Amino acid sequence: MLTQTLAELSRDLKARKVSSAEVTSAYLARIQRFNPQINAFITVLQEQALAEARAADARIAKGDAHLLTGVPIAHKDIFCTAGVKTSCGSKMLDNFVAPYDAHIVTRLKQAGSVLLGKTNMDEFAMGSSNETSFYGPVKNPWDSTRVPGGSSGGSAAVVAARLACAATGTDTGGSIRQPAALVGLTGVKPTYGRVSRYGMIAFASSLDQAGVIAYTAEDAALLLSVIAGFDPRDSTSVDRPVPDYAATLEQPIRGLRIGVPREFFDPGLDRRVAEAVQTALSIYKKLGARVQDISLPNFGLSVPTYYVVAPAEASSNLSRFDGVRFGHRCGNPVDLMDLYTRSRGEGFGAEVKRRIMTGTYVLSAGYYDAYYLKAQKTRALIRRDFLEAFTHVDVIMGPTTPTPAFRLGEKTDDPVTMYLNDIYANGVNLAGLPGLSIPMGFVDGLPVGLQIIGNYFDEARMLGVAHQYQRETDWHRQVPKGFE
Amino acid sequence: MSLTPDEVKTIARLARLAIGEQDIQQYARNLSRILEFVAQLDQADTRDVVPMAHPLDMAQRLRSDVVSETDQRDLFQQNAPQVQAGLYIVPKVIE
Repeated sequence: MLTQTLAELSRDLKARKVSSAEVTSAYLARIQRFNPQINAFITVLQEQALAEARAADARIAKGDAHLLTGVPIAHKDIFCTAGVKTSCGSKMLDNFVAPYDAHIVTRLKQAGSVLLGKTNMDEFAMGSSNETSFYGPVKNPWDSTRVPGGSSGGSAAVVAARLACAATGTDTGGSIRQPAALVGLTGVKPTYGRVSRYGMIAFASSLDQAGVIAYTAEDAALLLSVIAGFDPRDSTSVDRPVPDYAATLEQPIRGLRIGVPREFFDPGLDRRVAEAVQTALSIYKKLGARVQDISLPNFGLSVPTYYVVAPAEASSNLSRFDGVRFGHRCGNPVDLMDLYTRSRGEGFGAEVKRRIMTGTYVLSAGYYDAYYLKAQKTRALIRRDFLEAFTHVDVIMGPTTPTPAFRLGEKTDDPVTMYLNDIYANGVNLAGLPGLSIPMGFVDGLPVGLQIIGNYFDEARMLGVAHQYQRETDWHRQVPKGFE
Repeated sequence: MSLTPDEVKTIARLARLAIGEQDIQQYARNLSRILEFVAQLDQADTRDVVPMAHPLDMAQRLRSDVVSETDQRDLFQQNAPQVQAGLYIVPKVIE
């Protein structure tokens, strides 16, 4: 039961081969047993989950079930869940109980999914290793001495360890795709504006997008069909019809034009990861796709551009944490300035403070043109490269990360070394494009991911292309040792 | 681009962050490293490039001017550190 994909579980629930109460109890038992090893949940909702499971079973019995009814999932702790602590991985929000549900929480609840709990994450989604969480690092289920990636590291780890059937995530600069790659899962970041961010705690508003981490492209398609769509409560939400993403998965890919950017194969890329990409491409060629070399000339600007734009927006977004209306307040403030500075100084961790200060600096008087305005121009160049590429290819492929999962503590001394782990991910966010990662093999016993980048609102094709690969391979069926 | 400890203190004050004296050196080192890294952007030729404001070139959507929110002050104030008679309490600002 616990090695089933979400789609398979959905069929069994509908056929009443198994009840949601049984499945949910089994997952809760596994959480109790395995979560202490990987530290992937911040909050587990034992009673609430069982009640939701019983309600789902009643709904299935009545015959008005949705495909997700009774399916146990987890939410990244960045999504507000009414009446439940929503910490964003920060001491600042350790005492925060969300007064309402995020849009995607509502959507998944209405579909009848069961919420097992809230997952650990890098503080305010700022990190690539889950080591910046106030609640401690998450361990990679494939090797407990290694990171699961970040910032959606808890979501990735709970699905990889089979402690939830799927999980939500957010991707500002790779935070869904990178952890999915490092734990051997399918992670999807939709087009900017495709999924409403209402109730999702903001990091960098011109980049943030919600998505999912699941076993397969088919599972992700089922979830995305539910969470995507217009919501007037998010001003960046795009009013466009949502296709049934699962309906087009079987479309053949003969004649598909795959662009492979030569700049991705830089000296920082592990040779064995590069080889795994070539092996994956050979499968696509066998299926009738045409693989062609393309160029993204400004690729090298993406990480530095990202580390101006994202901190600038973060410094502005995080100014709301002032110790007055919600969140941490310092003890015995002498005046208002003392209240602000000590509440924020105590409530935020080191990486969040670094980003706020970087953002404050690049936006400060006299520096704005040199940094922020310049970065908005290089950002335009990065997008232009992608637009040009999509005039002659249908999808772009390459590695998701330069290496497999690194060791805990390996990159914590130098922030820039950590930032470069998202070198292949950042550009997609800067351009606002959809991207996903699927497992494409192992290096040193650790999973590595193939990144597939689609054109704007072309999620259906991107998921179909991923699904066709998963019909030919079984990397997505692998379970880490000790979690069988 | 190298930041001095005094510059770090100024930035921290602008950002309303209390930073311990013992941590200033490390922030100076890390922030300098980040600013050196992003300084690569200087080399990019961006003459005649229009700065990008939105990935989809979308304009801000407008809505009609009608009430869309109900008063939920009591619910929201349950998360506040200190309230009194529906007001948020902070240290005295004006003597």
